Amino acid sequence: MGFRPIANTRSATGIMTAKLAVWWLIASEIVIFGGLLACYIMHRLAHHEWAYYAVHTNVIAGATNTMILLTSSLFAVLAHHAAEQGDGKKAARNLLITCGFGLGFLVVKSIEWTTEIQHGYTITANTFWSFYYTAAGIHGAHVIVGMLCMLWVANTARQGKDLHRVENVGLYWHFVDLVWIFLFPLLYIAK
Amino acid sequence: MAEHAEAAAEHGHDDHGHGEHHDVSFYYKTYAALVVLFIISVVGPYIGEITGIQIITLITAFGIAVVKAGLVIRNFMHLNVEKAFVHYFLITSLAFMFLFFFAVAPDVLKHDGTNWENVAAKDWIEQKDAEYAAGGGDHHGGGHGDAHGEDHGGGHDEGHGEKKDEGGHH
Repeated sequence: MGFRPIANTRSATGIMTAKLAVWWLIASEIVIFGGLLACYIMHRLAHHEWAYYAVHTNVIAGATNTMILLTSSLFAVLAHHAAEQGDGKKAARNLLITCGFGLGFLVVKSIEWTTEIQHGYTITANTFWSFYYTAAGIHGAHVIVGMLCMLWVANTARQGKDLHRVENVGLYWHFVDLVWIFLFPLLYIAK
Repeated sequence: MAEHAEAAAEHGHDDHGHGEHHDVSFYYKTYAALVVLFIISVVGPYIGEITGIQIITLITAFGIAVVKAGLVIRNFMHLNVEKAFVHYFLITSLAFMFLFFFAVAPDVLKHDGTNWENVAAKDWIEQKDAEYAAGGGDHHGGGHGDAHGEDHGGGHDEGHGEKKDEGGHH
């Protein structure tokens, strides 16, 4: 059997080290996304003309992606529930479904961005669009990383190994969903 | 292998640290609540726009987002049953975000003050308002290249570029 870290299952603080690490990761992500959104909000408030640009964002695509991520979060927590019951196969299946929704999110995002870029709304069009692509792009990168992690965890969970990871990867995924919950009204609803 | 599975399942339960175990129906109910809130957050702003009551938009778009986030954090992430120190460092991160916002916001939100004026920002906004009023701006969704053609290049100094000090101090 290959190298298997055991430190991540220790819990000197009362929380398993791996889970604590995910919470710390989320704390650092709050600063990253928080800083970005704070910048966006203050510029949006300072520049009412951004409303002229914001009308071009696609509400239907944004709403579809919100539903996709909310549903994916449900399956992530169902995977966690299955892992708690010791059912690795079911946990893996739910994680794969979550990944499927993640892929759906990226497909909708790709279609949306292609249309916008074709209409000239590129990242260099103006500062609004720069924020739009930066925020949604960084978020999209997190979706991809989350999916890769889930595929890895699903593979081990399927074999009944390291089921505690299912909750950890789920926490990360829920955070990705949380970020979108705030990006959606900021980029799509506030016209 | 079986030992691993057993140990993992045990971790799933015991080191979990929740102290509460929900039935699957709890998660479905939470999801249903999230969907209802999502529908309100989409429909509400339209009602706000039609009626012209901006507070409806603010509450339904951003207020509901906070409620949705609360539901995900509490019911899906189970933060409510997590150790107190986790709450502390998450709140510290949020506090840094607000510190950043309130430290920088006065400089960004205002376009003039005692002895200083952000001429570039004012000119930019004036220019965009004029374009919009004339119907030549990019307020229409279909115009290929209109946003690109008009804003490209100019967008970068739309206000946070040069601050022109009149009194040498701001």
